Amino acid sequence: MNKTKQLFASLILTALGLGTAHADYTLNLMKGVTKVSNDIYDLHMLILWICVAIGVGVFGTMFYSIYHHRKSKGHKAAQFHENTTVEIIWTIIPTLILVGMAIPATKTMLELNDIEKSDMTIQVTGKQWYWDYKYLSNDIHFESHLDEQSEKTHRTKGADPRTVPHYLLNVDKPLVIPVKKKIRFVLTSADVIHSWWVPDLGWKKDANPGFVNEAWTYVEKPGTYRGQCTELCGRDHGFMPIVVVAMEQADYDAWVKKTSEQQKQKPDLSDQTREQLLAHGESVYLKNCVGCHQIDGAGVPGLIPALTGSAKVTGKWENLDGFLRAGTSKMPKFDKLNGKEFAELMTYVRNNLGNKVGDELQPKQTALPDDDDE
Amino acid sequence: MSAVVSEHDDHHADDHHDHGPAKGLLRWIITTNHKDIGTLYLLFALAMFFVGGAMAMVIRAELFEPGLQFVDPAFFNSMTTMHALVMVFGAVMPAFVGLANWQIPLMIGAADMALPRMNNMSFWMLVAGVLLLASTLFMEGGAPNGGWTLYPPLVLQPITVGKAMPFAVFSVHLLGISSIMGAINIIATIFNMRAKSMKMMDMPLFVWTWLITAFLLIAVMPVFAGAVTMLLTDKFFHTSFFNAAGGGDPVLYQHIFWFFGHPEVYIMILPTFGVASTIIPVFARKPLFGYASMVWATGSIAFLSFIVWAHHMFTVGMPIAGELYFMYATMIIAVPTGVKVFNWTATMWKGAMTFETPMLFSIAFVVLFTMGGFTGLMMSIAPTDFQYHDTYFIVAHFHYTLVPASVFILMAAGYFWLPKWTGHMYNEKIGQLHFWLSVISVNILFFPQHFLGLAGMPRRIPDYAVQFADWNMISSVGGFIFGISQLLFLYIVIDTIKGGTGEKVSDEVWEDAAQHSLEWTLPSPLPYHTWTTPPTSVPTEHVLDAH
Repeated sequence: MNKTKQLFASLILTALGLGTAHADYTLNLMKGVTKVSNDIYDLHMLILWICVAIGVGVFGTMFYSIYHHRKSKGHKAAQFHENTTVEIIWTIIPTLILVGMAIPATKTMLELNDIEKSDMTIQVTGKQWYWDYKYLSNDIHFESHLDEQSEKTHRTKGADPRTVPHYLLNVDKPLVIPVKKKIRFVLTSADVIHSWWVPDLGWKKDANPGFVNEAWTYVEKPGTYRGQCTELCGRDHGFMPIVVVAMEQADYDAWVKKTSEQQKQKPDLSDQTREQLLAHGESVYLKNCVGCHQIDGAGVPGLIPALTGSAKVTGKWENLDGFLRAGTSKMPKFDKLNGKEFAELMTYVRNNLGNKVGDELQPKQTALPDDDDE
Repeated sequence: MSAVVSEHDDHHADDHHDHGPAKGLLRWIITTNHKDIGTLYLLFALAMFFVGGAMAMVIRAELFEPGLQFVDPAFFNSMTTMHALVMVFGAVMPAFVGLANWQIPLMIGAADMALPRMNNMSFWMLVAGVLLLASTLFMEGGAPNGGWTLYPPLVLQPITVGKAMPFAVFSVHLLGISSIMGAINIIATIFNMRAKSMKMMDMPLFVWTWLITAFLLIAVMPVFAGAVTMLLTDKFFHTSFFNAAGGGDPVLYQHIFWFFGHPEVYIMILPTFGVASTIIPVFARKPLFGYASMVWATGSIAFLSFIVWAHHMFTVGMPIAGELYFMYATMIIAVPTGVKVFNWTATMWKGAMTFETPMLFSIAFVVLFTMGGFTGLMMSIAPTDFQYHDTYFIVAHFHYTLVPASVFILMAAGYFWLPKWTGHMYNEKIGQLHFWLSVISVNILFFPQHFLGLAGMPRRIPDYAVQFADWNMISSVGGFIFGISQLLFLYIVIDTIKGGTGEKVSDEVWEDAAQHSLEWTLPSPLPYHTWTTPPTSVPTEHVLDAH
């Protein structure tokens, strides 16, 4: 019969696909690069094959029956409707299978939970819509945003995502960790609930505002591992990826040295050309403003005010500057930006997005005395 | 008590034996007849099935290719949110209440539901609730877009919800009151109006599963109403139930929500089990295998549904003892669920099967629901759920348990009982075409989503990395075919009501159906009032000592 063949064929194809697909990214779970992720992969395959076996048994019986016990073949219906022995058997056997599954699952669960004896700790803070990473041992602290190319592509109608390398899975600054070190993560959020997931590490963990969750990883081999936020966190939930770069200890040490030095550098307050201001301003805008006010500055009717034609934007720059630094109950304050970024951003929003004030602001004008301490 | 009621009913029935329905449109507004109200529920559910389905089409169109083509991400989020709310509260639940309205009195030999006026009121409150919800689509800031789970703090954020949030909350209140009234009515009917000759363990499985479902509804709908009311006071009256800065906890909401939410998903599947257990024996020409164990399995699943809620929250950050407890408790559900699947298989075994459309949909239900059960079992393993959680893997899982399970069984029930209700036979050829198109396209739609989830695609995203493109396109194609195929069902329903094939159906409709359940002993089409005199004997195939 059609149905029998078709369902068997799909079942077999599925089983083959899943069985041989561990190298193929698009069909099965990845093994990942940690012991825990490998244990999880093994658990996944074990339970999958148990399900396939039960499925073959149950569906096989059913389809045998559908094929042979049909009226059109003249089969006469039996009238049995009970069999205590059979019913006890098919209650006990699944119970035993479940107990068999629970044992390795419990072991892996305990392993995942073992936060003790970590070598370093990284604080992960989810924000709408990027990640904020803070290394608690060496004061490195940075934001990790969706890369500019993906940002522009997904916001532009007709742009082709296939031309963007790692579309939506790339960031401006990845999280860098050393290999063969037990790294503890403490996760929290500044606004709504996010969830931090890198499939290769084997787990995801929610970042809850006002609370701290813990998790850990121990990456065996250097590489770049990508993931995404997995808890709906608002309109740009799909646009806050995670990139983890695992390095050999020596490379990691060099990265720490370089990054700390960069972090200590004061922003360059020298004058820029109008083109430079506008280009840099766009970058600042794409990182900080575009999520709400949109790529064309139109905002969202009823929710987010437009920047195009806004008196706040096109009025006296000193007022705009004060507004951005202070924020409101609806808009976060942006005092994290330095004087250089303020100049670039304000020049951009006043002379782009449909606004034409015609001025340009230089970093020296907008810098406050303590601005450059980051 | 039940004796008094039925005597009164007999008397009443004798007085007004040939009362027909009121004339005109008013009939449908003021009706207290269980058949009319059942029809209203079913037609409303069918309409909402197409509304919710249209939203799903928007989602699948946007996901057809990577990049944003048609909608804004916030509107996309509104669509996923509203699709879920409309399908759950507007389509699947009301459809089963509609079936209960039609079938429970017929199956237990009752003249009507126990509380007919309340019955009318619960239907119209449902309409009000769903209209209130739908009205948010046209509000400034759009419909709710924080997911159907309405998690705070997202759902409280001004930039996320606009003006829709209080309307969504009041809509949930109305829907909750409607459901609770419907549930009370069903319980009162089954306990008080059942023919004296029918013992509890003689009741058809559909009646049993609805009885248990009704208790679930009464237990959990108030919990949901409480949770959304706390959202409302957090938003407008400065309470801090879910706000950490005020001493609250956003995760508390998730615990409350899923204490409602897990039984809620069983509210949508237990009556499904009941219908499958009704249809399969008729077409296998055999008594249901393991009647008693079916009843106990349903009861166990209902009980377990109250103590497994946090398996929706394995990644939320729970103490290890909690994670392990919820993992073990969840795994146990596989046992009674397995019993049911084995019993259906054993019912078919050595039967004399024929494969009319209701049977085809029921067999597809058993197979595809079991697939959803398998992925459910996989996700009960907490550490593996750390990978599956909030990906397309779970989207595939719950759609397998809802679409080719609940929805297919609702279709099966339509094909099975429409001839009885209307006295007209549906067009079997178009029915079979509808079945094959549906069963093939539903798998093209949802099976690839397993791959997407395992490969790392999160759910609830409007745009995705390019390596997910192929399976998304295939899934969308399946979705479009599935969506269009359902118009055939709409056609068949209308056609059957209007006269169908023109063939006059017998009272039994299906061969020997009267041996299985009481409604087939009544005339076709059903008169406006039935069982004005309760039946004196009931089919005994389920009785334990009949063997």
